[in-house]
Amino acid sequence: MTRYLLPIAFFAILIPVFVVGLAKDPTVLPSTFLGKSAPEFELPLLHEPGETISNKTFADQLVLVNFWATWCVGCRQEHDFLKQLSANNVIPVYGINWRDDRDKAIEWLNELGDPYVMSGFDGGNHTGIDWGVYAAPETFLIDASGIVVYKHLGPLNSYVWQKEFVPRLAAANGATM
Amino acid sequence: MNRIAVLSFCLVFPAMVIAIDTGQTLDDPVLQARYEKIIEEVRCLKCQNQTIKDSNAFLAGDLRREIRRLLTEGKTDAEIFDFLVLRYGEFALYRPRASGKTLILWIAPFFLLIVGGVIIVRVLRDRMRLPIDDERDTAER
Repeated sequence: MTRYLLPIAFFAILIPVFVVGLAKDPTVLPSTFLGKSAPEFELPLLHEPGETISNKTFADQLVLVNFWATWCVGCRQEHDFLKQLSANNVIPVYGINWRDDRDKAIEWLNELGDPYVMSGFDGGNHTGIDWGVYAAPETFLIDASGIVVYKHLGPLNSYVWQKEFVPRLAAANGATM
Repeated sequence: MNRIAVLSFCLVFPAMVIAIDTGQTLDDPVLQARYEKIIEEVRCLKCQNQTIKDSNAFLAGDLRREIRRLLTEGKTDAEIFDFLVLRYGEFALYRPRASGKTLILWIAPFFLLIVGGVIIVRVLRDRMRLPIDDERDTAER
């Protein structure tokens, strides 16, 4: 009897392994900083190179930090959604223009609207590497104590927002209140 | 036929020697040798089945730049791998280090080999116990 049951049992174990394993997208890597402090950074502002943005800029706040570039198609897709977020005061959004050209980036924001409280400029990909960014757009949710709560790879939209961000925002707000 | 083979060989292979790593070489040949070894071990996160040595994605170029910088700063190979793992995770290394998280990667092949071996031995033993079917044996010859 075990002669027949054994392969079936083996099969029954393998199926869930494959279902879970193959459904995962191998190109989506979770941030290594989840649950840890966001890496220290300091960058010149996109609009005023003389001034800087750093972790201190948004200390004590729950914020989004969005890495974007003008060459990135996903960034254009999510742009309207980011504008909605800031227009409705859902959460402050800080931008980091990543691996891009300063003039093009300013032109893009003038043309499409600027959803960012402030934008840093990381043309040389220094902060990007320190934060483990590998494909724009990437959006980090950072809580009031500077901890990375979540990172989303790819464009934001209302579906992703409801599913991934809303519960985490509620939890973070509950913890601080 | 031979001539065609040689010709197509000559036509195809020059394309494969185009340098991807256009960064500066390090002045110290020892550092350069270490650099070339390290970049063969690091995965390009943007183009996941290539090392940063083979990839011309900008991320690979930026990581090569960082590795050159760390080498000139006198960092050890282990410190450089730590730098990458801290930012991109163990996945960035083609040879993940043996740690709690990656232990299954190192153990699984040997475990499966042993399981397979046990199964083969058992099947063969069962077969040896079967009576030899003389009649069919001779009929086949």
